[in-house]
Amino acid sequence: MADITNDGRELSAATAAIHRHYRQLLATKRLYSALAVAGIAIVLVLALIFANDASSGKFVDRIPYLFDFIKNFVPDDPFEIIRAMFDLPSPYADGSFKYDYEVGRHYLFGTGLYVPEYFFEMLVTLNIAFMSTLIGGLFAFLLCFVAASNLGVAAPVRWIVRRILELMRAFPEIVLAGMLAAVLSLGPIAAIFAVSVHTVGALGKMFFEVVENADMKPDDGLRAVGANWFERVRFAIVPQVMPNFVSYFLLRTEINVRASTIIGAVGGGGIGEVFRQSIGRDHAAKTYAIVILLFLTIVAIDQLSGWLRRRLVGNAAFQFGA
Amino acid sequence: MSAIVLTASDRTRLRRSHPSLFNPGIFKRWGGLMLIAGALAYLIYGWAFFDIGRTLSDGKWERAGIYMADWISWEAQPRYRFQPDGSLQIEHQRFSPLGENPDTDWMTTLPDGREEVTFGSSANRVEIGTTDVVAVVDDVPYEIVFANENAVLPVNAPAAFSEKNGRVTVSFGFAGSAEIRSTQVLVRRRFFGWENFVFDTTSPFWGMSLPELWSTIASGPQIEPDQSNLTLAWHEFLTNSEWQHGDVLNKLLQTIVMAFVGTLFAATLAFPLAFIAARNVTNSRPMNWITKRFFDFTRSVDMLIWALVFTRGFGPGPLAGIAAIFVTDTGTFGKLYSEAIENIDDKQREGVRSVGASAADVNRFGVVPQIAPVVISQTLYFWEANIRGATIIGAVGAGGIGLKLLEAMRTNQDWENVAYMVLLILIVVFVFDNISNALRTRLIGKSQ
Repeated sequence: MADITNDGRELSAATAAIHRHYRQLLATKRLYSALAVAGIAIVLVLALIFANDASSGKFVDRIPYLFDFIKNFVPDDPFEIIRAMFDLPSPYADGSFKYDYEVGRHYLFGTGLYVPEYFFEMLVTLNIAFMSTLIGGLFAFLLCFVAASNLGVAAPVRWIVRRILELMRAFPEIVLAGMLAAVLSLGPIAAIFAVSVHTVGALGKMFFEVVENADMKPDDGLRAVGANWFERVRFAIVPQVMPNFVSYFLLRTEINVRASTIIGAVGGGGIGEVFRQSIGRDHAAKTYAIVILLFLTIVAIDQLSGWLRRRLVGNAAFQFGA
Repeated sequence: MSAIVLTASDRTRLRRSHPSLFNPGIFKRWGGLMLIAGALAYLIYGWAFFDIGRTLSDGKWERAGIYMADWISWEAQPRYRFQPDGSLQIEHQRFSPLGENPDTDWMTTLPDGREEVTFGSSANRVEIGTTDVVAVVDDVPYEIVFANENAVLPVNAPAAFSEKNGRVTVSFGFAGSAEIRSTQVLVRRRFFGWENFVFDTTSPFWGMSLPELWSTIASGPQIEPDQSNLTLAWHEFLTNSEWQHGDVLNKLLQTIVMAFVGTLFAATLAFPLAFIAARNVTNSRPMNWITKRFFDFTRSVDMLIWALVFTRGFGPGPLAGIAAIFVTDTGTFGKLYSEAIENIDDKQREGVRSVGASAADVNRFGVVPQIAPVVISQTLYFWEANIRGATIIGAVGAGGIGLKLLEAMRTNQDWENVAYMVLLILIVVFVFDNISNALRTRLIGKSQ
């Protein structure tokens, strides 16, 4: 706050007291702010020193060479990227896997038609994301009415459901995927399971908060004519919360597309896995092809979902959350 | 619901006065059902695409039980080898949790020289001799004899017995099993709990009871000449070879640091940039456009890509993780903050400007107070999310506990270590959720 300074005119005793109190409050507030900033700064410095010591490449040593690896990532010519993306034969082919783009083709119905490898892997990732959003959304929808505090569900039941949702949200996805992958051998189903469980937790929380903010008048009306719990939820709550639910569902779809690329990289399959392999092996053209494909897909999904959300709920429905 | 009876004329009147209610459009009438049908069709397609049915039925589900049991229990595997001279030699697995010379009450030598292993109670036990083995299940003894180098399944053996390739396996449920061959008996004895959680078997403190440990640390003779027993005990705890407490805690701290530093840096950089990106603050279309596209770019290039790129750049370690979170969230924060700035009430800025404030002061007192709640709450939300998310980007090499978790799972034998790390992660997540909630309530009130 800007200081109110005494510009030389005499203040009355009462005003002077108010002015003094104001200055005191301001001083205290500034002191606390300064302490908080200093505290954060100290923690930050300690954290940075720790992170630097724990990393195999030290920050100061690495900075000049940070992007040296890009030198290995110069495709032989720009069209290589396109060839890699569409699995076309490369003029640089020397028998090595680096230039063998055709090997990844997924032929359709035994004809000459094929789906290029990275498009297919992208489809796998998208299917993982959509499947898990659908499955997770379904369970979140069923659980959220039990977790909400305004629908007369017994407190112990509500407490248990909420703790289950929290656990599902906080449980590391990589462990969920790893557990199922150990049984099924690595694969996308483990990824679907992991992302679904997380989705139930995350969407469940957002859903029940929406339900708790619902207008209870329609519910009162239905209760007055003797509707049972399911009828009240169905006809009083669901129509109100549906737009927000759909909006959160679409947001979660965007988040899950990203989540399933990452989980793919640690063994879930899909585009994440091929990306990790190609960047690890210095396959420049393939890496760029995947980055471009992934970037375009994510932008497209975000735009589509944003457009749908605006159509369904209007502009207000842009709210992020974990 | 009791029915309300309408006359025919009432009905026509209602129909005529509210046609929109009685003749809704096709989407209003069937839209919900169509959505559900579409979702179902998609799920069926996905089921076929991933071949879920077959993969599930091909899964090694019998292993799942063992893995789950490993989370909370441990197994000792003594092996009784039959020697040519008719004696028995007991062999333990390498790095046996029982230590060098185990002395347990469930492995005893009988008066006649045979060995005995009990499974939970004396009603379930295996008596091991070189010529025959007696398995006692629920107090009923079954004799297993050997013929042609094969163990023979006793007649009328219960379901706990099974035979395969000349090996008879007796299952005692959770307590373990005994596999009987003509040359040896392999006992798997399972116990509830985490074995050697504090000290490993090579530690001088191993096997001490709590009072014993206390008296050793407090007043016992110094074990190592150059350090006190307390520091030695702490060192032994951290270097526990099975549980690796020191390493696990270090990696966990790395994960927390990655999320904290990455989020803080991202917020610090995104905050000023958001003012440049906001149309109503910076009156320059090219600048708005460039900053916004910059946000879109860093946000839409996946965090996975940034993590892998920086892992190549910095080498494995938390610096790569910090950089990945920093770059991705700069974009996200920038977008959120600039949208918040564009949605502010302009009157407050005009008020500040009207008293002759400088441009900086207009933003400081006209904009910041309005966007502060959004900025604080979103930043804290992402901090929470990043603490969870940092685990998984760590698994691709960007530092933190993720890689350790992945390695522990890959072996399929260290599920108890996985359980330990998961427990620590859950505790960290809940603690930081509460810190962030408390901060949010403190800073912007209960309304959130």
